[in-house]
Amino acid sequence: MNAYLDNSATTPPCKEAIAAVNDAMTAHWGNPSSLHRVGIMAEDVLKKARTQVADKLFCRPEEIYFTSGGTEGNNLALFGAANAMRHRGKRIVTSSIEHSSIDEAMTQLEKQGFEVIRLPVDNYGRVSEKDIASAVNGETILVSIMAVNNEVGTLQPVGSIKRIVTAARSPALIHCDGVQAFGKMNIRPASFGLDLMTVSAHKIHGIKGAGALYIRQGVRITPSLYGGSQEGKIRPGTQAVPAIAAFGAAAEALQSSEKTTQRVKSLRDYFVYALSEIDGVDINSPSDALPYIVNISVMGINSEPMLNYLSNMGVYVSNGSACSKGKKSRVLKAIGLDDRHISSALRISFSRFTTTDETDLLIEGIKGIKQTIRPNRK
Amino acid sequence: MKEIILLKNGELALKGLNRRTFEDILIKNMKHRLSSLGKWTFTPSQSTIMAAPENEDVDFDEAINRISKVFGIAAFSRALEVPKDMAVILDTVGTYLEPELIGIRTFKVEAKRSDKKFPLKSPEICSAVGEKLLEQFPHLTVDVHDPDITVMVEIRDKFAYIHGTQLKGAGGMPSGSAGNAALLISGGIDSPVAGYMMAKRGLRLTAIHFASPPYTSERAEMKVHSLLRQVAKYSGIINLFVVPFTEIQEQILDNCPEDLFTIIMRRFMMKCAEIIAAERDCAALITGESVGQVASQTLYALACTDRAVDMPVFRPLIGMDKSEVIAISRKIEAFDISILPYEDCCTVFTPKHPRTHPKLEAVLKAEEALNAEELISKAVENKRLVIINP
Repeated sequence: MNAYLDNSATTPPCKEAIAAVNDAMTAHWGNPSSLHRVGIMAEDVLKKARTQVADKLFCRPEEIYFTSGGTEGNNLALFGAANAMRHRGKRIVTSSIEHSSIDEAMTQLEKQGFEVIRLPVDNYGRVSEKDIASAVNGETILVSIMAVNNEVGTLQPVGSIKRIVTAARSPALIHCDGVQAFGKMNIRPASFGLDLMTVSAHKIHGIKGAGALYIRQGVRITPSLYGGSQEGKIRPGTQAVPAIAAFGAAAEALQSSEKTTQRVKSLRDYFVYALSEIDGVDINSPSDALPYIVNISVMGINSEPMLNYLSNMGVYVSNGSACSKGKKSRVLKAIGLDDRHISSALRISFSRFTTTDETDLLIEGIKGIKQTIRPNRK
Repeated sequence: MKEIILLKNGELALKGLNRRTFEDILIKNMKHRLSSLGKWTFTPSQSTIMAAPENEDVDFDEAINRISKVFGIAAFSRALEVPKDMAVILDTVGTYLEPELIGIRTFKVEAKRSDKKFPLKSPEICSAVGEKLLEQFPHLTVDVHDPDITVMVEIRDKFAYIHGTQLKGAGGMPSGSAGNAALLISGGIDSPVAGYMMAKRGLRLTAIHFASPPYTSERAEMKVHSLLRQVAKYSGIINLFVVPFTEIQEQILDNCPEDLFTIIMRRFMMKCAEIIAAERDCAALITGESVGQVASQTLYALACTDRAVDMPVFRPLIGMDKSEVIAISRKIEAFDISILPYEDCCTVFTPKHPRTHPKLEAVLKAEEALNAEELISKAVENKRLVIINP
């Protein structure tokens, strides 16, 4: 038996997504912009997918702009918003634990002359509303905070940003990186007061190569690419119909988030309880984090041999974000963990398909690690 | 008319009566490296070898790229093979060399006439060709002392050959002409460079890598494969032996003083390597050590490592600065692979304060706590062969 418990890196495609890809590649392979019937059939696939994704975000299909995935969505949102708003001010507010596709884009915006405020987080990885309020002023043009941190699972007070921005009489657009949150919690950009939100298909059992940016109706951002009139000219280029079809199918296949989250939460609690019976394992995620992500430290043992050991027994977890392979976690440092905890950290990420047997295999693996792997010297 | 490669084999010409042997090895190496690009024929004559493709549609640029990495070639050039007819020569020289001639200002023509029956003498060939080129490319002038390019016309037995700029070859001696040696490779910057340097001196390489799962990962071993593939582009095919090293490291960790861990580990590596090297007909070991680079490479530590084996240990980087090593690493396109951040067998269990002045007696005494012979023979027995093609 194997246990794939690295679902924050990517998820296995669900059967609905695979069927949609197959259909889009055999029956609906046209260019959705073509005038003829083959094109129209492909366009129908796009339309359907747009509705399927919009339904899960409780927004209008016209507010969904398909992209190639999370990194593109985040970049498009940040550069597009900053450029569109540059005559209104120079200040951008974000957190210090964003995904690298936000963090690195922010560094570029700094080079272009924007002032980027990276708010600190507390020991649970949470940005305080008070800090957001004191950072946002009349010159602030963009606030970007992730809904769920990808390494520890901490939930951010995304729903409060709108109120803060309004109170500060700021023209700021509000963006949220919703890649880890989508499909796992109830996140409605409209009722959260968000202007922009990024989601990605392969984190919800779709396939790689598709994602979407929610852009609230009436909000204008500048495109990063220029070309045809696809996606309202915000994201020109022939759409990746098979990947988008899979995205729609995977979105539709999501069950009510309350029900699945409850199930995953009991799995997480079961796992955390089992860990409490093993000496020297610390939980780095807060107890009210999104239950899909649990970050732990097996004290005294380096992450890499643990990953190798688990991989050899068919258990797949990670030591942080797959997008920063091998580097020391910036996020774990920001939440105030010491080097001992950081160098021995493991990130376990569940999916709605994860079983108790898989969790048991992981627990067995961690016990095996304690018995087999020699502690590090540091 | 077809294009061929003219190769000058430099240092080989010095080898007197053995020249044929060296030349045969060089030709065999080239044949092997070009084998996936169709059939080639190699014709040695004096200090030149002519390499000619049998098919016309061969990927000539790739062939040139591969030949530029074969040791034992001092210089080479792409040349056009034409009938031995002055009219044809004058007709083709300008068109063939046009890409090289349009970007430069001065040239000269040199002629070589090994067929003395050819009606024109060398100076006559030169002036005819020179005149023709001046007429065709009015922007050019002749400079016999320091030309931008030298146009060569060689009149040989069967054909005449026209070529422009000579390219620098990889130099050195043909791989295998100096025997076999075993390279200890970890995954860092140094060992691939050391392997490259010794292969350049004509050694055929066998490689030995120590893997410590689960402390080291599959990716760490794949990294070693990629590094060796870069070296193999110069040295030719490499047999890699992956030796399981976890148990030895754990035994040292459990039974020996912490500050001697690295030195004892390196001695075990050398001992394992010596056995495999002897089995594979290698007469020396190669490492990427350099004096003073890290604690395990102080003069005293190297002295202790050296005493672990009887076989000579070649350390071609011994007196080089890191920046010099990196320059070679970049040249052979290994650097970007070397800096991938995976743990390797040399970095796990590194002590906080390794001994920089280890004394051999103390090291030997510490090793008594281990059943060295059994550990080593078990590790060597369980080695795994991976064949690395260029």
